[in-house]
Amino acid sequence: MTLLARFKLPALLLAIAFLILFPADLTGWGLPWPGLRRYGLYIMSLWLVTAIAAMGVNLIMGYAGQETLAQAAFLGIGAYTVAIATKAGVPFGFAFLMAGGLAFLVGVLLGFPALRVQRHYLAFVTLAFSVFVWLVIRNEDWLTGGVSGIQDIARPTLFGIRLRPPLYFYWFVLALTLALAGVMLWILRSPWGRAFTALRENPVRAESLGVDVRGYKLLAFAIGSAYGGFAGALYAPLLEFIDPAPFALGPSLMYLLMILIGGMGSFLGPFIGAAAAVLVPEWLRFSEGLAPIIFAVIVMVMVAFAPNGIVGLFEKLTAPKRRPHADDKGPTLGEVKS
Amino acid sequence: MANFLQLLISGLSTGAIYALAAIGFTLVWQTSQRINFAQGEFVMLPAFFALAGMKWFGLPFSLAALLAITVAVFVLGVMFKKVIVDPLDGQPGLAVVISTLALAIFLKDGVKDVYSAEAQPFPTVLPDVLLSLGPVKVSLAQVGVLVVAFASIFLLSWFLSGTRTGRQMQATAQNPTVARILGVPIERMVMYTFLINAALAAMASLLISPIYLAKFSNGEALGLAAFVAAIVGGFNQVRGAIVGGLVIGVVDNMAAAYVSTSYRQAVPLVLLVLIILFRPQGLLGRKEERTV
Repeated sequence: MTLLARFKLPALLLAIAFLILFPADLTGWGLPWPGLRRYGLYIMSLWLVTAIAAMGVNLIMGYAGQETLAQAAFLGIGAYTVAIATKAGVPFGFAFLMAGGLAFLVGVLLGFPALRVQRHYLAFVTLAFSVFVWLVIRNEDWLTGGVSGIQDIARPTLFGIRLRPPLYFYWFVLALTLALAGVMLWILRSPWGRAFTALRENPVRAESLGVDVRGYKLLAFAIGSAYGGFAGALYAPLLEFIDPAPFALGPSLMYLLMILIGGMGSFLGPFIGAAAAVLVPEWLRFSEGLAPIIFAVIVMVMVAFAPNGIVGLFEKLTAPKRRPHADDKGPTLGEVKS
Repeated sequence: MANFLQLLISGLSTGAIYALAAIGFTLVWQTSQRINFAQGEFVMLPAFFALAGMKWFGLPFSLAALLAITVAVFVLGVMFKKVIVDPLDGQPGLAVVISTLALAIFLKDGVKDVYSAEAQPFPTVLPDVLLSLGPVKVSLAQVGVLVVAFASIFLLSWFLSGTRTGRQMQATAQNPTVARILGVPIERMVMYTFLINAALAAMASLLISPIYLAKFSNGEALGLAAFVAAIVGGFNQVRGAIVGGLVIGVVDNMAAAYVSTSYRQAVPLVLLVLIILFRPQGLLGRKEERTV
C-alpha cells in the first residue's frame, strides 16, 4: 500500500474543503485571508474545466488505450451548443446535458467506423475530425459567428441565485467537476470500468475472455468525448465569449500531453496535468509562445524516463522499499500499480 | 473539359508530393511499426533549412536546397531515431505516438519562434511559365514537380527491388525475425528507412513550398494528407502510398473547384471515413493478422 492509498479518504475530504474555502473571503470568520481576486478565480475555474476534459482523455487513453486527437473539438461542440442554446432561451441545465449528449453521439458516430479497423485509426480519424470541426466553426457564420465568435454568453441561475459573480460560478464549476469525477470513479470501479483496463493491458486476451473489445472501446471513446462536451459547456459561460481558436488541433494535442505529464491511467493524473497546462502558460507570460515548446520537451523526456507522469513519480518516491527482483522491469506507459 | 484536365494535372502534381511524404511514413511503419505523427512537420521543416541557408549564409538556392536535404537527413533521420524513437524501445506503440505528437508541437512552435510566424515565399527551380497543349494550359512548374516527384519515386522503387540493400530492407519489413536469422542487419535497415523518410520529406518540402508558401503551420494539413494517403492506398504498401497520394491530390483539387473552397480541408476526413467503411485494408492493401 502506498502512502497515497493509506490516507486516501481523509486526504480527499481535506482537498475538497480546501478547494471550497481557498478562493473565498474568510475575513468574516476572523481569518486573515481575503480570498482570491477575479483573475485567481478565473484561473482556478479554468483549471477545473480543463481537468474535466482531461478526465475524458484519460478514460480514452489511460484506461482504454486509444488515442484521441480531437478533445478540443468536442469542447468546441459543447461550448457552441451551450452558447447557441442559451441564446435561444434554453435553460442552462438542459443545454449542459445537450452539450454532453451531442458530444457522446458524435463520439459514437466517429468511433464506430474507426474502431472497426486497426489500433491507430482512431487517432487519424479524430485528427481529420478536429480539422473539420474547426472549419465548420470558422465558416458557418450564421450559426457560430465565424471568426468573431459569440459574445455575451450568460452565466446560469441556480435556485434563483444568479451565478454571475466569479466566486459563485467557481463553486458551481467545482460542484459539477466533483460530480463528474464521482461518476468517472464509479465507471472505473464498476465491472465495465475494469474491462477497460483489461482491454488496454491485452486486447486479444480480453476478447478471448468474453469482453466485447470494440463495444467497450467505443463506449470509452464516447464517454470520454462527452466529458469534453461537458467541459465545453462550462467553458463558454466561464469566458462569456467564445471564438474558434481554443478548439483547434493544437489545443487537442495539449490535452493529450497534459494527461501524460499528470499521469496516464491514474485518477489524479488529469487534475495535476490540467494544473500544469493552465499554470505554465500563465507563468511564462513574459515570453509568449514558449509554453508549448517547454511542454513538448517535458513530454518527450517524460515518455522516455517517467512514463507514468507526476503521479507515477510521486508513487515511486513514497512506495515502501522492496527487495529488487531478478525480473524487475521498468515502468511502461499507462501501467497501473494496484 | 480543358478545365477538368488542368485541374487533374495540378491535382496530380500536388498528389505526387503527398505521395512522397506518404511513402516515407509507410516505409518507417513497415520496418519499425512506429507511427510518426510529426510527419507533416517533417515536410514543413526542410524548406526552412533552405530559407535559413539563403538568408543567414547567403547561399544560392541550389546549394541551399542541397543543404536542406542533408540537414534533414541528419536531423529528421539520424537524430529523430536516436533521440526520440530508440529510447522508447520496449514501450507500447502509444509512447511513440505521444512523443512524436510532442515533437510536432516542438517543431511547429520552434519554427514560429526562431524563424518567422509569417508565410515565406519560396523560390522554384522552374519558372512559372504556362505551356499550352491545345486548349489545356499547364504551368511548367507543375510539370517539373511531377517529373521530380516521379523520378524520386522510381529511383526509390529501383533501390528497393534492384539492390541488395533494398531487398534486405523489404525482408526486414516483411518478417524481421526471419530476416535476422538470414543475416540481415535489421537495425541498420530500420535506420535506412528513417534516412529515406527524411530525404523524401525534404524533397516534398522543397516541391510543395513554392505552391503553398513556407509556413510553420503547414504541417497539420500536409501530415493529414500524408496519413490519409497512406491509409487510402493501404498501410503496408509503398505502391499504395503513391496511389493514395495521387487520389488525395486530385480529389482535393476537384473538391476545391467543384464543391467548396472553404471545405477543401475536409476532403481527408471524408476519404478516410469512406475507405474505413468500405475498404479498410486500403485500395492496394492486404489484411493484417493480429498476434497476442
